Amino acid sequence: MIEAVAIGAVAGGTSILLPTLGEVVSERSGVINLGTEGSMLAGALAAYIVGIQTGNPWIGIVAGLAAGAALAMVHAFFVLVRGANQIATGLVVTFLGLGLTAMFGQDYVGQGVVALENVPIPGLSQLPFVGPVLFDHDPITYLSLLAVPALWWFLARTKAGLRLRAAGERPQVLRTFGTNERTVRALAVTAGGALAGLGGAQLATAFTRNWSEGMTVGRGFVAVGLVIFAAWDPRKALIGAYLFSGAIALQLQLQAQGSDISRYLLSALPYLVVIVSLAALSRRRVNAAPEALDHVFEHAS
Amino acid sequence: MKPTRLALAAGMSVLALGAAACSSSSETSTGGTTGGSGDESDLTIGFLYVGPKDDYGYNQAAYEGSQAVQAAFPNAKILQAENVPETAEAETVMEDMIEQGADIIFPTSYGHLEFAQNVAKDHPDTIFVHQGGLEGEDKLDNLGTYFGTVYEPVYTAGVAAGEATESNKLGYVYAFPIPQTLANINAFALGAQSVNPDAEVIAVSTGSWCDPGLQAQAAKSLIDQGADVLTQHQDCTKTIIEAAEAAGAMSVGYHFDASDLAPNGWITGSEWNWGPLYTDIVQTVVDGKFVDSPYNGDFRVGLQTGDNPFVQSSYGSMVSAETQAKIDEIKQSFIDGGSPFAGPVLKQDGTIVWESGQQPTYEEVETMDFFVEGVTGKID
Repeated sequence: MIEAVAIGAVAGGTSILLPTLGEVVSERSGVINLGTEGSMLAGALAAYIVGIQTGNPWIGIVAGLAAGAALAMVHAFFVLVRGANQIATGLVVTFLGLGLTAMFGQDYVGQGVVALENVPIPGLSQLPFVGPVLFDHDPITYLSLLAVPALWWFLARTKAGLRLRAAGERPQVLRTFGTNERTVRALAVTAGGALAGLGGAQLATAFTRNWSEGMTVGRGFVAVGLVIFAAWDPRKALIGAYLFSGAIALQLQLQAQGSDISRYLLSALPYLVVIVSLAALSRRRVNAAPEALDHVFEHAS
Repeated sequence: MKPTRLALAAGMSVLALGAAACSSSSETSTGGTTGGSGDESDLTIGFLYVGPKDDYGYNQAAYEGSQAVQAAFPNAKILQAENVPETAEAETVMEDMIEQGADIIFPTSYGHLEFAQNVAKDHPDTIFVHQGGLEGEDKLDNLGTYFGTVYEPVYTAGVAAGEATESNKLGYVYAFPIPQTLANINAFALGAQSVNPDAEVIAVSTGSWCDPGLQAQAAKSLIDQGADVLTQHQDCTKTIIEAAEAAGAMSVGYHFDASDLAPNGWITGSEWNWGPLYTDIVQTVVDGKFVDSPYNGDFRVGLQTGDNPFVQSSYGSMVSAETQAKIDEIKQSFIDGGSPFAGPVLKQDGTIVWESGQQPTYEEVETMDFFVEGVTGKID
């Protein structure tokens, strides 16, 4: 039971973790992107269609990444070039993604895709508990696990990461060094969209092997919420994403075991678990918010 | 205009364009140019769908029904409207169809009913036949509802699943415990138990008609519990069938024949075949016999009363000739007056609902609010 829940946490968590990491990158540079849900859908559909057309799931994955990035660039354009309100633009981008994917995806509903299969890691996948939980997944899941320390290192230890954080905290400092914060933010938003697109691609071509209209069902918005509870830290984003997905796995396992707990309470479980655990985990989360994000809400009012 | 407003306006206009493109009604075909009887050449029939006509599910089945009508009445003009929301917009679409000369309108989604009733009151010369609803207090001479008995082929699919299972555990993924879903789950369980008294149905709810991510997890949890047959009442069905196949489990389909997705594990399934019923309704109207016909009320049809538009899908290779013969016998017993819910039927807690010799009416089935004995799951 514990092992089954842990496997479900990782297997189902990838499509939540990747957009959460993407949102961390975007928000660390000072831009909130509520278009994440749209980027995920664009990534899911692009990976599905290109995967079917080329017969190669990897080309599909790249297409998913690019589609997620492309939609995020729409957000970046209106927010950074036109100075539009971030919250409103993000929502519009999400609805744009929903509408466009519903339209272009119509002919692909229920069609077979060349799935990205699980690749058990030789040796490690044989280990008790850890093996099936961590080392028997699709390649994108491994990639997302590696992305967490990589992103943390990038943000905390590299010059480029420092510039990104500066854009989100003290853009005027960045300007004195001759770097335009808008360029940094545009790159960060685009990269964030690419990660969301990758998450959508994994959901469609590896985890569910399916395309249907609106198939992300709010995972992009869950990611935006998780960023706040993870205090903009990629490592806590991992915990948040796996807790959320683990709680989904737990509630479904409990249902299958014929548990007496109310069905309504069980379906609320993922949200409750994440709110309670991460609230306890990150007491200082309010201070952790990139300062530039404050302006978003000042302008919004 | 401030940049903010510009962005919003741009986004909204794109959305508006999309919405307009989606729900516009279009005329598909006027059929053959010559031949056919003269009185049907000016026959115009409108169909409304709540979703796209190619969703591999409910709406596609209705659309295919409209194509059967076209084939039967080649000179009739068929009007199609996809993505019609269950709002007052449905009234606009129907008024528009009447302006184009519609004699018969098929609003095919559950939530279209009240809007159809509103339009029907103003247009007594147009016949409205609604799919799945119940008329209620308003009995109009130009409106009726129709539906099949969904649970009959689900019961016989349960028989096939009960024969096929080795673990005696059958997994059922559903969205919400609405009566139609409960009737399906219960019929499936009773069908399986009729040939395999040890068969247990494990029902897991995703709280969504289509969330493939949750479906994948739900399928996994059922397989972890030892279920070796998975079935579902979901709008998008592919994920669960593929998950079963990948895990070496068997599957029973819903909405459409997915046997090509599960070459090893496909048992059978249930799917819609609206053509014959739609055609008969149209014929009744053409003959001028709609008023006081069974279609001018709440028409429900099962094997007992005619041709059920909900039929069984093809069999997979593991279903033996013996099982198929048994299922044919059961179908015959339904034709002869039997029901999947013929008593004794017991609730989960063992209380009796229908005694031996009793069987429910269609209305009693459509208001079902319990799981039968042998189902593991919780409604609230």
